[in-house]
Amino acid sequence: MTTDATVEAALGELHASAPPSLAPRTLTEVGLADWYTRMPSPIGELVVAWNGLGVATVEAAADDTAFETAHRARTGRVAYRADHLPDRLANAITRRLEGERRVRIDLDLRGHTEFERDVWLKALEIPHGEVRPYGWIAAEIGRPKAVRAVGTALGHNPVPLIVPCHRVVRSDGMIGQYSLGGPENKRTVLTSEGVDVPGLERLAAAGIRYVGSDTTKIYCLPTCRHARRVMDRHRLEFHSAAEGIARGYRACLVCRPASAAA
Amino acid sequence: MEDDASLTIALADDLDGTFERLVRAHQDRLYSIALRMLGDTGDAEEAAQDAFVRAYRALGRYEAKRIRELQLRPWLATIVLNLCRSRLARRPVVVRRQVSLDAPLPGDLEPRAEEARGPAAATARRASAEAWAGLLLNLPPAYRSAVVLRHVDGLSYPELAIALDRPEGTVKAQVHRGLAMLRTAYESADRREREEMTA
Repeated sequence: MTTDATVEAALGELHASAPPSLAPRTLTEVGLADWYTRMPSPIGELVVAWNGLGVATVEAAADDTAFETAHRARTGRVAYRADHLPDRLANAITRRLEGERRVRIDLDLRGHTEFERDVWLKALEIPHGEVRPYGWIAAEIGRPKAVRAVGTALGHNPVPLIVPCHRVVRSDGMIGQYSLGGPENKRTVLTSEGVDVPGLERLAAAGIRYVGSDTTKIYCLPTCRHARRVMDRHRLEFHSAAEGIARGYRACLVCRPASAAA
Repeated sequence: MEDDASLTIALADDLDGTFERLVRAHQDRLYSIALRMLGDTGDAEEAAQDAFVRAYRALGRYEAKRIRELQLRPWLATIVLNLCRSRLARRPVVVRRQVSLDAPLPGDLEPRAEEARGPAAATARRASAEAWAGLLLNLPPAYRSAVVLRHVDGLSYPELAIALDRPEGTVKAQVHRGLAMLRTAYESADRREREEMTA
């Protein structure tokens, strides 16, 4: 005979322990902890950290313990080691790094100032294979005098490569600094995107800031896709926007060189 | 286990700083409820995770006073139970009745004294638990949830009434009816097994 007490005792035994993965999965999903893993890139192995809100960190790979400690100090969050990126995120990052701009990658930019976020979101608009000066970002976000602050904000970019701060160069056209391991890495990344870095630096050294076409009477920043299309015999070089304007040229609506001149 | 009164006070004051304590204190409960409602460990982990995520988002919207007055045990049980119900509703019909009444039975429920300890006893206990879990999965969901919350999770009847949003008398009746159905299912399966053995 089975009594209620027997059944109740048997049911009590059905209380189970949660799998160890439940707490990390929950905490990362709500953004109170992060996952991290390693991924290859043109400038060596990177560590990527993310949570349910988006990608939080991209940086040069250190050893796991060092990363976890630094991450905790910086964000206040625990980082759990994952074997690999989730397929969708891995795919999105790969496509973004290959130049597809419309791929959606959510970012977790909590804990940063509105100004920093404005700078980073603006940098996201710079197409693959093109560069813009710091002053261009400053003017575009409505803070034309904040050129140095733009440089500082780009130096604090927590998600380099995904937010392409490597596409922002000095206002004199020189390549400038890079937070992800220094200027050499910046040249490598830009070159991998098809930018003619030595060519850009030759223009910069010669004081050339803009390129115009005598067929369209439009002037552009040198890496603008419209400037790169101009054939040599139709190509003019300007030292300043004023020089172009004086010769009857108007600013390109795509690369908006007037912002760089501000 | 951490007591819920101090947890709700801390949650009201600092949700982000306290939420992990809530997860650690309640994860075995939510996982057990989901496992016994759904019967699959992967589904159960997902449902428990979803429940915590929903709880976190709800707590983020609640005012401090409301959080302090929350009864965490029945509140969390309601959330996970609702997620289990919608998961069950989404399952194809064939899968719903996956566990049949012919599931293997534990044999002797109470192991003989000399077997009550040691690995053999542990194996017998596990087999027995699996059999009961199978029978539980065959209960209609309304009875299953009442029985799971009362006897697997250990909620009191007043808590059960809150969790299921039914009068206490109704949930008591559901638990008793559920237990009776379980006992009948157990006995008929047991009888069948004996008949097969003697045939």
